[in-house]
Amino acid sequence: MLRTTYSPWSFNDPFADMRRLQGAMNRLFDGGRSVERSGFYPSVNFWTGQDSLFMSAELPGLTDQDIELTVKDTMISIRGTYPEPETGDEVNWRRRERPAGSFLRSIELPFRIEPDQINARFVNGVLTVEMQQPEDDKPKKIQIKAS
Amino acid sequence: MAQELAKKDDSSVVQSNGETQPSRPTFTPAVDIFEKGDTTVIIADMPGVAADGVDVTFERQVLTLRGTVKANAPDGYRRLSSEYREGDYLRVFTLSDEIDQARIKAEFKNGVLRLELPHAPEAQPKKISVKAA
Repeated sequence: MLRTTYSPWSFNDPFADMRRLQGAMNRLFDGGRSVERSGFYPSVNFWTGQDSLFMSAELPGLTDQDIELTVKDTMISIRGTYPEPETGDEVNWRRRERPAGSFLRSIELPFRIEPDQINARFVNGVLTVEMQQPEDDKPKKIQIKAS
Repeated sequence: MAQELAKKDDSSVVQSNGETQPSRPTFTPAVDIFEKGDTTVIIADMPGVAADGVDVTFERQVLTLRGTVKANAPDGYRRLSSEYREGDYLRVFTLSDEIDQARIKAEFKNGVLRLELPHAPEAQPKKISVKAA
């Protein structure tokens, strides 16, 4: 099988790896509470298939109502707000490690995707998005006639 | 943020082609802990874990939270980039308060475990009468 050795981010953007490392370092040092600052939250994983992309992100504690997913051309944006932590006179905090606040992350995709064919699911705190390349953009196979 | 646990043993698996592949990591789940009245509430993030993959044990003041993740890789896809890793979750707490075990409540929703641990009513001081012989 011929494998397409195509890695869109590293090809277009030589600093992608460096930024990713920086994001990881920032996350390491800021204690995880201030998701708004980093701009790299949430972390996402990408898979590629035949003319399609699969993205996943861990967003525990949110519901499908709290996440806003928008797509325009080659840009996908994930926006969300974590529910307010419990407050009140009776509440005595001992430890706060879980993320809070709101976040927005926009990711440039390697190709245009068909907005009507996006399959987004949110199960057990993990967001998965399956995206398809539009029919018009797919490479077409051309029949060669032998005269 | 979930942090990866330092592995004590080298648990990498040697594959048939001689390459080593690390086995699935275990993470320390991020937790929020607060006291509300006479109840301790522990909230732990375990994204990717289904409700039947959560295991909570409480024995001799030691509370163990465990979550087993089901692999999330889609069929027919090739990995392109990874910013986070999937793995199991494990965290152990030693509680100082007496907990009323019969009233512990556990709830798992959207990858988040919420535990309510009510404190046991304080043992009443007992007066011991001394009999004169």
